[in-house]
Amino acid sequence: MIEKIIVNIGLESDIVTARQQGKKLAKHLDFSSSELTTIATAISELARNIVDYAGGGEIILKLIQQNGKQGIAIVARDNGPGIKDLELAMQDGYSTGKGLGLGLPGTKRLMDDFEIFSEIGKGTTIIVKKWRKQNAC
Amino acid sequence: MKVPILKQGDYLIASVQSVLTDLDLKQLHDDLVEKVGRFRSRGVIVDVTALDVMDSFAARMLRTIAHITKLRGAETVVVGIQPDVAFSMVQLGLMLDDVTTALDLEEGLAYLKQLVKGNSTKDD
Repeated sequence: MIEKIIVNIGLESDIVTARQQGKKLAKHLDFSSSELTTIATAISELARNIVDYAGGGEIILKLIQQNGKQGIAIVARDNGPGIKDLELAMQDGYSTGKGLGLGLPGTKRLMDDFEIFSEIGKGTTIIVKKWRKQNAC
Repeated sequence: MKVPILKQGDYLIASVQSVLTDLDLKQLHDDLVEKVGRFRSRGVIVDVTALDVMDSFAARMLRTIAHITKLRGAETVVVGIQPDVAFSMVQLGLMLDDVTTALDLEEGLAYLKQLVKGNSTKDD
């Protein structure tokens, strides 16, 4: 079983590749179809951020385990300009670019865990996780 | 994959395929705006039944399409948003507030027919 996939993000067509790969990997864990759509949507938003704001980067998709729980982690990493004000960037409706300003706060709502690290001039790394529901049947 | 657009009477029907890139969406936008004028269409249906992910960019493009075609005299109805897609859209915060939606193609066509009929005959 493949447990880790790296998708280089440079062009807008890579966004579709990333979300397809993510969905394929997440299918190994019996996520519901609704959860698969949620994961693919989150990957799409993260990949688009890289294309729009950083010009390039990568999406790393990983199957993870923690305390008996299984899930998928998505790491979105770029060497772009970084985010000046993280608190502001996490607010609904705030956007410096062409989006709706829902990308980051929306992605946080879609996933279970959300971490963001950003350094001006160095880049941004966002790690999100979705855990498989334990009592799902 | 390019979105095929069918002309059916006064309406245009665009059937979005499962894999939709940003470029496909921009192309769809340009094609619809041009075809609404060329065919003097009164209504546009964008069928997204096959679409498996609707992110913020796709939602914004659909909204733009609806607004521009309206300015060109045609009403746009987005049909076929799947339950899973709708669920993710709400979590993401994409409400498509100002865009008309319908369950499926049939409902969308019925809506447009009623609308066009209502506009052309006052005493109906």
